[in-house]
Formats: sequence, C-alpha cells, structure tokens
Amino acid sequence: MSDFIAQHPVLAVSVIKVVVLMFLMMTALAYLTWFERKVVARIQSRWGPYRVGPHGLLQPLADGIKFLFKEDPTPGGADKLIYFLAPFLAMALALSAIAVIPFGPKHIEILGHATGLQIADLNIGLLFLFAITSLGVYGVALAGWASNSKYPLLGGLRSSAQMISYELSMTMSVVGVVLMAGTFNLREIITQQEGYWLGFIPRWNLLAPPLPQLIGFFVYFVSAIAETNRVPFDLPEAETELVAGFHTEYASFKFAMFFMAEYANMITVSCLATLLFFGGWLSPFSTTGMFAWTLYIPTAVFAACAVLLFVDGLRYSTTFGRIVLPVLALAVAGLAAVCAMPGVVEFVQGPFWFLSKVFLFLFFYVWLRGTLPRFRYDQLMAFGWKLLLPLALANVVLTSLMVLVSRR
Amino acid sequence: MSAPIIVFFILAGVAVLGAVSLIVQRHPIRSALSLIVVMVALAGLYLLQGAELVAAVQIIVYAGAIMVLFVFVIMLLNAGEEERTNVSRMARTLGLPLSFFLMLQLAWWVGRGARGLAPAVSRSQEATKELSKLLFTEFALPFELTSILILVAILGAVVLAKRES
Amino acid sequence: MVPSSYYLVLSAVLFGLGVVAFVFKRNIITIFMSIELMLNAVNLAFVTFSQHLGKLNGQVFVFFVIVVAAAEAAVGLAIIILIAKHRQSLNVERVDLLKL
Repeated sequence: MSDFIAQHPVLAVSVIKVVVLMFLMMTALAYLTWFERKVVARIQSRWGPYRVGPHGLLQPLADGIKFLFKEDPTPGGADKLIYFLAPFLAMALALSAIAVIPFGPKHIEILGHATGLQIADLNIGLLFLFAITSLGVYGVALAGWASNSKYPLLGGLRSSAQMISYELSMTMSVVGVVLMAGTFNLREIITQQEGYWLGFIPRWNLLAPPLPQLIGFFVYFVSAIAETNRVPFDLPEAETELVAGFHTEYASFKFAMFFMAEYANMITVSCLATLLFFGGWLSPFSTTGMFAWTLYIPTAVFAACAVLLFVDGLRYSTTFGRIVLPVLALAVAGLAAVCAMPGVVEFVQGPFWFLSKVFLFLFFYVWLRGTLPRFRYDQLMAFGWKLLLPLALANVVLTSLMVLVSRR
Repeated sequence: MSAPIIVFFILAGVAVLGAVSLIVQRHPIRSALSLIVVMVALAGLYLLQGAELVAAVQIIVYAGAIMVLFVFVIMLLNAGEEERTNVSRMARTLGLPLSFFLMLQLAWWVGRGARGLAPAVSRSQEATKELSKLLFTEFALPFELTSILILVAILGAVVLAKRES
Repeated sequence: MVPSSYYLVLSAVLFGLGVVAFVFKRNIITIFMSIELMLNAVNLAFVTFSQHLGKLNGQVFVFFVIVVAAAEAAVGLAIIILIAKHRQSLNVERVDLLKL
C-alpha cells in the first residue's frame, strides 16, 4: 500500500483532497439548508428552526436522520432503473462540478507533495463546468419521466425546456470574460484580474477595462438562478401548480439527493460568479502601504463572531445552549487567533475572500427566495429568449470590439 | 500496461457496451441513455488524446443539447416500447448477422491498415488556441456557412412544428 | 501512449454497431439515434487522425460534423413529431406512404 502511494503521489494526494472537499461540501450543504430556513424565517418575521439544538443548529442532522429512516416507495409502473438512476445522476453531476473550482492561490503540502487548493487544474476548466451543467438537465427530466405520473412529467418537461433556454444565455454571458482573459483556465482568469485602479479600486472583470462586464454579470446571474431552478424561476417544482414537480414521487433519501443537488448547484454557480466577475480569491483591498491592515480582516471578522456568539450563548434559554454556544465561540476565537499567525495570515487571505464572496451570493439567493413571487411560464420563456439572450449577444459584440480596440 | 492504455480500455469498453445497449434496449429512452453513455465515454477518449476543446464541445453540444432534444421528444410523444413485426424478424435473422459481419470486417481491415502507425501524440495546451485560430482564418467561410445552416434548420423546425391556423 | 490503431478499431466497431442498430431498430427515433452513433464513430476517427498527423484540420471537421448533427436533429425531430401526430405510431413500417 505504501509502495503504491510512493509510486503514485498525485493519485494519493487527489484522493485525500477529494475526501476532504467532499466532507466540507456535505457539511456546507447541510448548513446551507439551515441558513436558508433561518434567513427566510427572519424575512417573514418567524423564528425558523430553533427546537433541535441551540438556534436549531442540529436541525440538518435531524433532517438527515429523518430522510434515512423514511419509507421509500416506488410508484407503480415506473421505470425502476431510471427512477433510481435520476437522483444519483443529479447528485453526482452537482458534486463533480466543484472539482475544478480553485479556492486560493497558495499551494499546500500533502504527503510531501505541493498541490493547489483545487482538485483538478484543467486548461478547459470553464468549459468543463458548462459541460457538467449541460448534463444536469437529465437528472430532472429523467426523474419526471420515470415517475410515471402526470405532475412529475409536466415538471420534467418544463424544467428541460427552461434549463436548455437559460443555459444558452448563461454560456453566452461569460464569453465576454473569456474574451478579456483569453483562456478557459479558471486560475488564469483570476490572476488576470489582479491589480488596482488608483491604488484601491480592484480591477475585477465586473469593473475592469476594456469593458466592465456589468451586462455579462447581470445575464449570468439571472440565468444561473433559472438554471438552478430557484425562486423566482422555480417553475419545475412550483408547488401550487405541480405539487412538487419532478420530485413529487420521490421520498426518503432519493428526495434528499435532489435537494442536495440543488444546493450544490447553487454553491457551484456562486463560485463561478465569484471567479469570473468578482476576482475569485483576490482581496477587494490592496495589501500594500496604507492598506496593510486589511490582512487582518479575517481575524477581525472571526473575533467579532466569537464575541457575539459568546455573549449570546451565556444568555441562551436552554442549559445545553449555554454550554454549546460558548464552546463554539471559543473555537471560532481560536480560528481567529490562528488566522493572525505570521505565515498563516497570507495563506488565509485567498480562501477567506473567496468564501466570503460566495457566501454573499448564497445570501442573495436566499434573499430572493424570501422576497420575489414566481414567474408565469410564458413570462419566463419570453424573459429568457427576448431579453437575456439578446443582451448576452450584445455584450459579446461590444466586448470583442473593445478588446480589439484596446489591443491596437 | 501503462496508465493511458488501461484508461483507454475502460473507456472503450464503456463505449462499446453503451452501443450494444442501444441495440438491445427496447424502450427508446433507455436507448437514448445508452447513447449518452457512449458520447461521454468518447469525450473521455478525446481528453485522453489531448483534444480538450473537442471533448468539451462533444459533451456540451452532443450530450447536453442534441440528446436532450431526443429525450424531450421521446417524453413529449410518450413513446412506448418497440413493436415486433414480421419484417423486423427478418431483419433479425438476416440483417443482424450480415451487419455484424460488416462490423468485424471494418474493424479487421482498419486494424490491419493502421497496425504500422506510431502511437498518437498528445498535443500541448496551446491546441485550443491554435484550433480557434484555424477556425476563424482558414475555415472562416465554412464556419460562417454553418451558421446559415443552423438558421435554416431553425426556420425549418419552426415551420414544421407550427400549428396550422 | 495508446497507439492510433486502437482508436481506429474502436471507431470502426462503433460505426458497425451503429449500422447494426440502424438495420435492426424499428422505432424511428432510435433509428435516428443510430445515425448519431455512426457520426460519433466518424468523429473519433477524425480526432485520432488529427492527433496522429499533428494537424488540427481534423478537429475542425469534427466541429462541422457536430453542427450538422445539431441542425439535422432539429429538423429531423420536428418531422418525427409530425409523423407521430398523423400516424399515431413511431414504427417505421407504418410510415410507408410518401405523404402525410
């Protein structure tokens, strides 16, 4: 075994990275559901989950256990193989997309092997992501078809039409970024956004010359919401019209897989938005001269969280909460201290800024869900084809003109 | 055996199994799924050869758009399992052996003819850039013509699908 | 590295299976899909030759094949939908008249 690892260091390192990232992803997915329920509850002046654990922090665990032990019926006359295959397909595709996302510029050492914070550094990383998203339709469409029931079928048909339509404008919207970067490699796309205007305005693609990609970002983000079937584009699972759309017949863990796939897709498109338009791991502040203190922003943020948690924990209504929350606060304080250590400080910058931006996008998703009503189907199609696609095309033409002019 | 050859045989096995499954499965949606498996395996083979852009386009356009259209139409028409008729029995007894014979012949002759060929070389990462340049310089006219072809196809599809009023 | 001949044999086998499917299947959609299988087999040969000869022209051809396949699928499937509506069947043997 050790011989094998010695002979194939890349393989062993990749397996370790995959396992670690998988674990982090699963935890993130679980707590994203908690986060969404809490924020939507706050928007609607409710409490949200608070019974299971302090502030409902153990709710995802309880949900997971519930899903595992539920009965798992198969509808009569369903195509069993495809009925089983669809949730696995949706989940596998959603999770594999995360493999090409780079989380930071620095390299880490695993088993004496320097390796980037990314599972696979592909030359065609961006195209790989779009390939994965384009296959994502099958999970939904096949689930709808295989259930052998009318509402899932309608939901499946709707979703395939919607996802094909919006995939087009999503792909076209990033062409501007690709034109400016001249590469499909995600790492290179980020490094080309380095630098600051006038010393403090970041040169992210959203703001950078030759053409700020504001239109591109708008089109990308709207189509990304439609692509992940989220409010206000959640017609495939519109509960007032279609019960639950394509996953009406699914129960137990197979339903949970669709659920996790949806959240994983949300994370992926948020990562991609960060990478392409918001400079990925690059800090919004320059770290030289009078801005050197910004290196300690991660520490400050974690420390503030720790203090808040501690104060809140001491006053919590249950004894369990009064024990758990302060302990959690101490852990976060420890994290803050580690982030301030020399050597770690530079390393933490990349992942911290990257994840903060992704977190903002995820918050935006939840905010939309708490605020907006659903589109009607014809409005949805008209919006995609008559507004977003022409805008994306105009963006491509304008950007290529500006790139041409600036290269002269 | 080196790693690329092992990967090749795995992907080739998946592709051939998928193609056989396309023939054996009686429900069109299962045939479509088998074909998608073949296409993904082929994309893997393109990657193995270093043709990254073609691999990506293969998945995005073939597996992600054309096959979705097929699946969509199968779902829309609610196509059931294939019927067996007299003619199809004749196709099975006579056509099948002959076609398999054709397949073996093709493989045999291609294999014989290609035996002397040196191993395929994997190209540098600049291949995507070179390919795009080629597409927009030497092949610019055919490339633009394909857009007209697509336009005509869209018009045709719309005219065919339009309800008579 | 994998010898080019391996890819070419695989391409021939897939093409042959496509022909078999074309002859054997009765469902008009599946027949259409076997044409796509044959096109894919040809694409594999194109890419192999392009890599072998160190010229990218072969890969450009693959793009054109894919575009043609997409156009063909759009029109072909529209025709299939019309046929299915008029004949209430997808069996090719029921579609033996040169009019709708």
